[in-house]
Amino acid sequence: MLPTLNGRIQTRIFMLAFFGSIITLLITPVLPGDPDYRTTFIILATVLVLGVIWEVIYHGLMQWRWEKDWPTLFGLLNAINEGILVWVLLELELVPGIEGEVPFSAFLIMFLVIWLFIWVWTNGPMRIFNIRWRFFGGRLV
Amino acid sequence: MPVIDPSAGTVFPTPGAQNYLPAQSAPGDLTDELLNTDWWTDEIVASAGIPIIDVPFVSVGGGIGSFVTADYLRIGGVDTSQIRILSALDHPWETYEYLTRVSQIPRGERLRSDSASRPDNIWGFPSYAVSEAWRTKNPRRLWQVLVEPVFDDFYTPKAGFVFEQIEREANRIRYDEMLAKGLVRVVRRRAGGGYFTILTPPEGATSTKRLAFRSQYVHLAVGYPGLKFLPDLQAYRTEHNDYQHVVNAYESHEHVYERLRTTPSTVLVRGGGIVASRVLQRLMDDRLLHGAQTTIIHLFRTFIDGPNDGAGSLKPHPFMKRKGADGWAYQGFNYPKSVWGGQLKAEMRKLEGAERAAKYKVMGGTNTPYRRYWQKQMKQGRQEGWYQLAIGTVESMQPHNGRILNQLKTAQGVYPLEVDFVIDCTGLEADITEHRLLKDLLEHSGAGRNPVGRLDVDRNFELKGTVSGNGVMYASGSTTLGGYFPGVDTFLGLQVAAQEIQADLAKRGFGKRIGTLRSTSQWLKWFSGKQI
Repeated sequence: MLPTLNGRIQTRIFMLAFFGSIITLLITPVLPGDPDYRTTFIILATVLVLGVIWEVIYHGLMQWRWEKDWPTLFGLLNAINEGILVWVLLELELVPGIEGEVPFSAFLIMFLVIWLFIWVWTNGPMRIFNIRWRFFGGRLV
Repeated sequence: MPVIDPSAGTVFPTPGAQNYLPAQSAPGDLTDELLNTDWWTDEIVASAGIPIIDVPFVSVGGGIGSFVTADYLRIGGVDTSQIRILSALDHPWETYEYLTRVSQIPRGERLRSDSASRPDNIWGFPSYAVSEAWRTKNPRRLWQVLVEPVFDDFYTPKAGFVFEQIEREANRIRYDEMLAKGLVRVVRRRAGGGYFTILTPPEGATSTKRLAFRSQYVHLAVGYPGLKFLPDLQAYRTEHNDYQHVVNAYESHEHVYERLRTTPSTVLVRGGGIVASRVLQRLMDDRLLHGAQTTIIHLFRTFIDGPNDGAGSLKPHPFMKRKGADGWAYQGFNYPKSVWGGQLKAEMRKLEGAERAAKYKVMGGTNTPYRRYWQKQMKQGRQEGWYQLAIGTVESMQPHNGRILNQLKTAQGVYPLEVDFVIDCTGLEADITEHRLLKDLLEHSGAGRNPVGRLDVDRNFELKGTVSGNGVMYASGSTTLGGYFPGVDTFLGLQVAAQEIQADLAKRGFGKRIGTLRSTSQWLKWFSGKQI
């Protein structure tokens, strides 16, 4: 029911690579400021790479919790810290491969839509498709 | 004496005595020869006159453990004719409902169980919180499950809703077709592979006293081996033949509450776990809402007033620190949440022997959830003086003017305490050998004990040491506590076990693997309520 570090990382990579890509493909043409696919996919990749690091940090924090859990609400609110970090890196032009300015509204919409979708999915419907996933720490392989 | 040809014994029992095998002149009872033999041949069973019934899979118990295992197998494509659930119960929730009801969780009250722990739904989706919100058209429970446990108590489902949903699922998987009523006396290995499970059907239901189920697979889910009362309480009850004033929370004791509503009295509550919490709630509800004038003395043997762990450390490791206050150790569910899939599950899976036993100890210990409602009641009770705490043990109990005189042994000395009732909420469990069937397995079928003394199962819940040719015996539930997977005696634990057992059986060719396609199509059937 609760994931392990390994499971969280695997799930995150799968979710962002699969659903994140589909949503990015669909949403990019309608984002304000008309960013190109190269830009939006680099942002997606940035969220993924940083996310793996975030998971290690969350895992460390979890150790102080008796239950070794990460409440559902935290998973939703982590959008704030993770989103801010990605946006700051974009502002500081520290994300390689992105040319020109990314409109904040475009980033915000894309980030939140993907985050919300994945948060809902991992907390519910995901269990339909893989009955072992929830009892095996969220591992997919 | 007519001897039944074992190869002809292929009758599946269906409800109704007329469908059992025809009358035999032999009594069809267990013989000394059978009881003294570890490996049974078809011939010695037949020569005892016991009818043999062939079925590939037998589950012994018929409670929630058998139910979730059968549910998994049915969803894995096994036909009802391939499964027999041998049970004295009419419904899988029967024992569970009895225990929860007497320990003060009637159908309208909430269990201590997670939203996604659904015995009626192998996927755990939608969770109970979602279903309840949908049913009641009230998003309150969704909000609770979203903000738990930080801004609200853990969401837990109402007992009644859980039972109703199990009933729905039991009908959907045609549970009744698999049920064979009776008590299982022994399970023995069969020479040539598989097992014989001896069932004693209700009197008059069959022409013989016993039936033998010959199966390749056996699953044991017999539940708690039995209750153990605190020795001093048991001694008092037996010595003074008083079962009215000294009661155990797991036996029916409604008469106590009835008396308390009409007569101002003092009650001694012993124990610091979930059952004590529940009993206190009942006592306090009756006082606050129904005018009872009860004074409650709550006796803790171990008084917790700060961070703790199950091993009783005063300064637990910062990474193994449970909250506690006012006597209680607080924990949402009966295990730390990560035993059902997370970090603790992964860690325990690798531990053996003493290391595993030590880990169980650290995460164990009596505990109860922190619930805002209970906190409010207890606070009011402490302030108004009708809820008092005591720390220590009871040295002796004597009847005294229609009341019970306890000698409380505390750190400050021995004090007399006179009360009208004693409610034992310590919830001790008896040793597995108290259960006749389990004792027999240990003595005759190669089963052994794990590091904490219960039945030793492998990671796939196979009962170690009991292999019989191509046959496998599995066990799940509280009798297997102490294995590679903690939390076996919970709804989710039973499902974790059922999933492992189903997967193992599918590998052996019994049923199909539940991959993405099967899982999805079966979930759709579950969702639409389609019978399978």
